[in-house]
Amino acid sequence: MSGRTGMPDDVVAWVDRRTGAAPFLKKAMRYVFPDHWSFLLGEVALYSFVVLVGTGIFLALFFEDSTAKVVYHGSYAPLAGFHMTKAYASVLHLSWDVKGGLLMRQTHHWAANIFVAAIVLHLIRIFFTGAFRKPREATYLIGLLMLMIALPEGYLGYSLVDDLLSGMGLAIGYGVALSVPFIGGNLAQLLWGGPFPGDPQFWSRMYIAHVLIIPILLATLITIHLVLVASRHHTQFSRLPRQTERTVVGSPMVPSYAPKSIGLFFGTTGLLFLLGGLIQINPIWEWGPFATSQSTNAAQPDWYLGWLIGALRIVPGFDLTIGDYTVVGNPFWGGALFPLVVFIILGVYPFWERRRSGDRQTHNLLDRPRDNPRRTAFGAALLTWVLAVFFAGSADRAYETFGFSYNAQIWIYRALVILAPLVVYALTRKVCRELQAADRVELVSKAAEEEARAASAR
Amino acid sequence: MRRLPVAVIAALLGRRGRRAAAEAHGERIVPEGEPAPLGAELVVAALLVLSAICGAGFVVAFAVTTPATHQTQYLGLALGLCLTFLAAAAIVFSKRLVVDEDAEEDYPEPHPAEQAEVREIVRESGSRITRKRLLLGAGGLAGAGLTAALVAPAVSLGPVFDTDSLRSSPWTRGKRLVDERERPLLAYDIEPNTFYTAYPEHEDRDRIASPVILVRLDPNALKLPADRADWAPDGILAFSKICTHAGCAISMYRKPLFAPADPRPALVCPCHYSTFDPATGGDVIFGPAGRPLPQLPLLIDPATRELKAAGGMSGPVGPSWSGVRE
Amino acid sequence: MRRAILTGVLALVAAAPAAAQPRAGIVRPADERGLSLLELGRQLFAGNCSSCHGGLARGIARAPKGQGSGGITGLGPSLRGVGARALDFYLSTGRMPLSEPDAEPERQGVELSRREINAIIAYVTSLGPPGPPVPDPHPEAGAINDGLHLFTEHCAGCHQVVGQGGVVTGARVPPLQYATATQIAEAVRAGPYLMPIFSDKQISDAQLDSIIRYVLSTRNPPDRGGWGIGNVGPIPEGMVTWLLACVLLVGLCVLIGKRLKA
Repeated sequence: MSGRTGMPDDVVAWVDRRTGAAPFLKKAMRYVFPDHWSFLLGEVALYSFVVLVGTGIFLALFFEDSTAKVVYHGSYAPLAGFHMTKAYASVLHLSWDVKGGLLMRQTHHWAANIFVAAIVLHLIRIFFTGAFRKPREATYLIGLLMLMIALPEGYLGYSLVDDLLSGMGLAIGYGVALSVPFIGGNLAQLLWGGPFPGDPQFWSRMYIAHVLIIPILLATLITIHLVLVASRHHTQFSRLPRQTERTVVGSPMVPSYAPKSIGLFFGTTGLLFLLGGLIQINPIWEWGPFATSQSTNAAQPDWYLGWLIGALRIVPGFDLTIGDYTVVGNPFWGGALFPLVVFIILGVYPFWERRRSGDRQTHNLLDRPRDNPRRTAFGAALLTWVLAVFFAGSADRAYETFGFSYNAQIWIYRALVILAPLVVYALTRKVCRELQAADRVELVSKAAEEEARAASAR
Repeated sequence: MRRLPVAVIAALLGRRGRRAAAEAHGERIVPEGEPAPLGAELVVAALLVLSAICGAGFVVAFAVTTPATHQTQYLGLALGLCLTFLAAAAIVFSKRLVVDEDAEEDYPEPHPAEQAEVREIVRESGSRITRKRLLLGAGGLAGAGLTAALVAPAVSLGPVFDTDSLRSSPWTRGKRLVDERERPLLAYDIEPNTFYTAYPEHEDRDRIASPVILVRLDPNALKLPADRADWAPDGILAFSKICTHAGCAISMYRKPLFAPADPRPALVCPCHYSTFDPATGGDVIFGPAGRPLPQLPLLIDPATRELKAAGGMSGPVGPSWSGVRE
Repeated sequence: MRRAILTGVLALVAAAPAAAQPRAGIVRPADERGLSLLELGRQLFAGNCSSCHGGLARGIARAPKGQGSGGITGLGPSLRGVGARALDFYLSTGRMPLSEPDAEPERQGVELSRREINAIIAYVTSLGPPGPPVPDPHPEAGAINDGLHLFTEHCAGCHQVVGQGGVVTGARVPPLQYATATQIAEAVRAGPYLMPIFSDKQISDAQLDSIIRYVLSTRNPPDRGGWGIGNVGPIPEGMVTWLLACVLLVGLCVLIGKRLKA
């Protein structure tokens, strides 16, 4: 061990000799991260994913993906004598009898909810600062793809448990698949292996998709996403004059930035485990096992599918038919077309904006939202549209809790869904322009002050 | 063993002397920072120790608590706090024990020379090829063939081409209706102002086409279509229990007590509140369902008074797909 | 003589607030203690119920032209033969008196005392066939697992599987966290408002005991996972995700990262 330097000579030499990694390490350790708190949101999603994988491995070691029926005689007395699938029974057992089982399950579920929330926050930041512009379109599209994959991944995860609530959600998924024009009947049977509830293999398919296929896909996409971010370097706000399109200014990974990332990692995982231990989520023993002939009131999907239940509820009741042929079943509009349209809009947006503005330059500097009023207004309007549909999905609980008539709410939401985005677009654009004007005034007055000061100093 | 407490105290009180690395190694890569503020190192060390205690606490709680006595809360608190203290230590470290740098780097430039070379390599590699389009066309065909071959096994996943199986139903003429405990239902069992769930005898009741919901209305209040005039003996009506919107079970029956003020009887689905009128044969009166509820014709066995299906359902059960009305 | 008292009492009925039940408006005779149960019941009924249910509880099937006395549009079913079972349910849960015939009868604070409720019951059941009595359930004799099974089969669609209430087209379905065992039994057998009527042929008394035992148990859920946040599932979970977790995480990011300075 060298008395002067901090790191043993042997280790560095050993590694470099066998991997040739020293140049890379040197570059990585001094890699510059521009520093703004909103740049950390993507990392929160990444660390949530790590927790998902870690807790998920634990869960997978206890879960039985079998639809064979058993009679329960375990430690949760109210379900004694119930017929249930081995899948449900194994999750009951994990929650009630396995030490640490419920903690892992709840942490996993909270992590899933927060994973998607963090991605959405991150996406909002990316959109409103224009970080998706050249040369980062590929990074953006991969991120969007990951969001699109995270939604069914979560859906599959909580549906695997085969409780009453999630089973109803699976039936609805089947209904949406059936409603796809022309190919819906074929698609639903392909996925389920026959009419609902489907082949027993359907459960194994969900399981393998959820624990193997999609996680590998996500991990690969995350890796590509991070490599692209690193390769193009992170975007930055132009806070200092030194920060330009050519030069990025920030904190190097070692020693400044790494502790921050490590702190964020432990903070995120710590919060997830605290939630997993202290706040109950998805108490499946209360719902009971799923049966095709049963249902409960107040059934809802997890929050990130709330926009779909809202859409399904406010679309008026009609199947689109031509004679005897049913072209579009009702659930298609809200359950499939609506989210597809939103994702297509998001995916196409960078290219459409480029076309509209004629701006084909490379952008490494970020806009503040006010710097591009049309983009910000568009994003706000899109978000409003999705939020209006999202909140429509909770109209029944609003009626139950506050007494607002359900029928009235549905009509109000139908109107909001059309009008609110337009209003928000106009308002946001105006606000951005006002802020820009205020900035200009401030700049001018600051320059005048400088001049006055310089003059009086002379 | 004696050395351990000495070492700990030395670690707590001692400070590493400033290293004269600058003279030894020339210009520094990492700029020199001020020595740490007095408390900062102690705070970080304390936070790390607290984290260790919580980690140990997790192990203790794991061993000592049982699932019945708040185990999940203890474990979650212990592990969560262990990680949170680690986070705090890292954050204090990052703010106080690490030099604050504003370093610079260049954004990457495109590589026009290498781009040209890549294009050149590709172009030059084809120097022996004279029939480019022929080869490309044939290659495209091969690719299509290979893709088709790779995708084809997916159809094994299900009866993808046979949508007729979506029509399949266990209900046939003469099938007895049984309750949850496989007991046949008698007409006399069905009282007005309530609802019942029934299944076809000896059939898989998890099938979407199996469960039916039964209600009894006053025969004079029925407004069934002409071709269903005898489908509801004694006013007993049977419908598929599966909502034609998206497939949830219809488990709500709205039964009015006082007709002048109350809404009329209806079967309601709890998922999206599709509402069906039993008196008219399952018409949709509210909600997003696009198709009436399939009705099961009933007959009452003259000898045993058991309820039996008088035929198949009026239409396919469950959510709509392209062939549902054919 | 009776008519005079009736008219006089009716004239005293104040106009009830449109949507709320006549809390301040319970019309009571001057000296309750001095009256027999039946007489008290007759006077209370006259002052608070007859405007919708008719002077002799025969019901009013068609609203009279204009408004009745006290600004109430009288419309209500006959109460003859409904029995103490239904009367006790509606009165002891505050669902009656109801000021608007179109409003959904919902659980409210009870303005009538136990004696007053018993008095009204005694009066109405004296008017015709007495009808079914107040049931006497024994939930301690029931089995929770049977209760959950039966509850899921018959009740969860409206009341939600752990009795947190719900919505049916045109009405709210109440949560079951406040009902007594007797009230649950009354509701199951009497089928108030839009609720189905489950006779003992469909749900036996023993099964009803199990259902009640289950419902009572939902007030003390085991909540092994921690704070139960309402035991209704994803909506409160989503609120925790956004209003607690995301706030904390964004706060953490702000703490760690830098902010834009002008």
